[in-house]
Amino acid sequence: MQKRVVFRNTWLPYILVAPQILVTLVFFFWPSWQALESSFYIEDAFGFSREWVGLRNYTELFADPGYLKSFRTTLIFGLCVTFLAMSISLALAVAANRVLRAATVYRTFLIWPYAVAPALAGVIWYFLMNPSLGIVSYWLRALGYDWNHYVNGEQALGMVIVAAAWKQISYNFLFFLAGLQSIPKSLVEAAAIDRAGPGRRFWTIVFPLLSPTTFFLLVVNLVYAFFDTFSLIHATTEGGPADATSILVFRVYNTGFIGQDYGSSAAQSVVLMALVVAMTFVQFRYIDRRVNY
Amino acid sequence: MVENRFYLTVLTHAVLITGVFFLCFPVWMALVASTHPASALSSTPIPLWFGDQGWENYSQLLSGGLPEAGGVPVGQMMLNSGLMALGITFGKIAVSVLAAYAIVYFRFPFRMVFFWLIFLTLMLPVEVRILPTYDVITKLGMLNSYQGLIIPLIASATATFLFRQFFMTIPDELVEAARIDRAGPLRFFWDILLPLSRTNIAALFIILFIYGWNQYLWPLIITSDESLYTVVMGIQRMVNSGEQLPVWHYIMGTAVLAMVPPVIVVVAMQKLFVKGLVESEK
Repeated sequence: MQKRVVFRNTWLPYILVAPQILVTLVFFFWPSWQALESSFYIEDAFGFSREWVGLRNYTELFADPGYLKSFRTTLIFGLCVTFLAMSISLALAVAANRVLRAATVYRTFLIWPYAVAPALAGVIWYFLMNPSLGIVSYWLRALGYDWNHYVNGEQALGMVIVAAAWKQISYNFLFFLAGLQSIPKSLVEAAAIDRAGPGRRFWTIVFPLLSPTTFFLLVVNLVYAFFDTFSLIHATTEGGPADATSILVFRVYNTGFIGQDYGSSAAQSVVLMALVVAMTFVQFRYIDRRVNY
Repeated sequence: MVENRFYLTVLTHAVLITGVFFLCFPVWMALVASTHPASALSSTPIPLWFGDQGWENYSQLLSGGLPEAGGVPVGQMMLNSGLMALGITFGKIAVSVLAAYAIVYFRFPFRMVFFWLIFLTLMLPVEVRILPTYDVITKLGMLNSYQGLIIPLIASATATFLFRQFFMTIPDELVEAARIDRAGPLRFFWDILLPLSRTNIAALFIILFIYGWNQYLWPLIITSDESLYTVVMGIQRMVNSGEQLPVWHYIMGTAVLAMVPPVIVVVAMQKLFVKGLVESEK
């Protein structure tokens, strides 16, 4: 945690940590405290007066079918994005770990989407799947599948899932590849000598040894899908049609900035904060145990 | 490779090529669409190869912008994005290297309190507490300014932890030697610690630059002044421009322009990027 040999100075360390602590207090803790506080009030639209209502914002929130539906949407969205992005990137990483020739070329072509903003990924897929001129929707129609995400909520959700997963593949790929490369070759070779085929070797040796990476990515991907995809949804479907793609972070924004309902938005913020804290806690508590061999 | 089986090699390359296709195709289509006139994109199927309007489209975008979306030149938006990304990057690195130095190399009251304060910020993404943060910015009068775009985002637990971890691996003998030579803490920091951290700083630079460039929600709520729009956020105004149909060849051109700088950074500094990414998350 700390050096054995340290400098002695009474004031210098405080000056050194001051900028970070200051920014943290002003832009992290003060707002978070305000969110917590205003979640117990109902404010009028102009911010002139507010009334203490206790837990009413919360009880109303959980009695609101729209909010509960948004929970469900978020869960479906998060699980689908995570599963899709992780399985594709695992397959790619296993393949990339096998090739000897052109390995760097493949890697370059597989990692660059990391740099693409989620909003841009969303806009591009929005274009590809546009019902009237998108090339993907044209192909789907040729296959006899009628695509229109402007009216069909499930298709809209499918579209944002694909776009969100597309963006996350590069990230997962790099971590899986690093994980695969750290597995000792001797284990795999020993299994091969015992006549275990490639599939068997993967599922009984490589995959279990990869579990710390897998678990880490599982949490990171869920956090990504729950929180970082706001821009993707805001730039494309804007939560629609009929709230079909309105995930929780989008709702916080929508209730607060568009609906001007500060109390409810603050309560939603607090619920989300609790969710993030829980996920971070799970990640730190279980990452070293359980999944280690 | 443990054994050489022909079908496995074929399968391996097939998987990789499919993956590359899946990842590259959308951007290929964006590139293609951005070189066509509007008329080419009105009939299905849209062309899969480049048109001849590329030069006109891009120069219109960079200098004139899109009239339907307020006409902010994309060049201007990219400049804003660049300023914001660089501000966040340098700010984050400076702030967190100092904090990590204090926490690792000094023993002082409340050290652990500071450590936990920083640690907790890991858990609070901007998206989650967006409205109250906006209130704070309003109270501080930082709306529509570069400070408002940059300063709230420069506190980063991740960068602080990366530096802390790295400093822990630096041998204690260096500090002892520095102290024997009567170098003070600032001298040690500047002449020994910073030069040793060069690779880490460079790797972190890439990750943070991309993070800063790709900010969306923050510029969206902080700026109402069009001259401060960033490109990743500005594109949304073109897509959802109300009554009018989206002008896809311009939108795709903007998307391509918006992804060029970060993609160049990643591809050109691939080794450092991979190192920075994999290590900063450990």
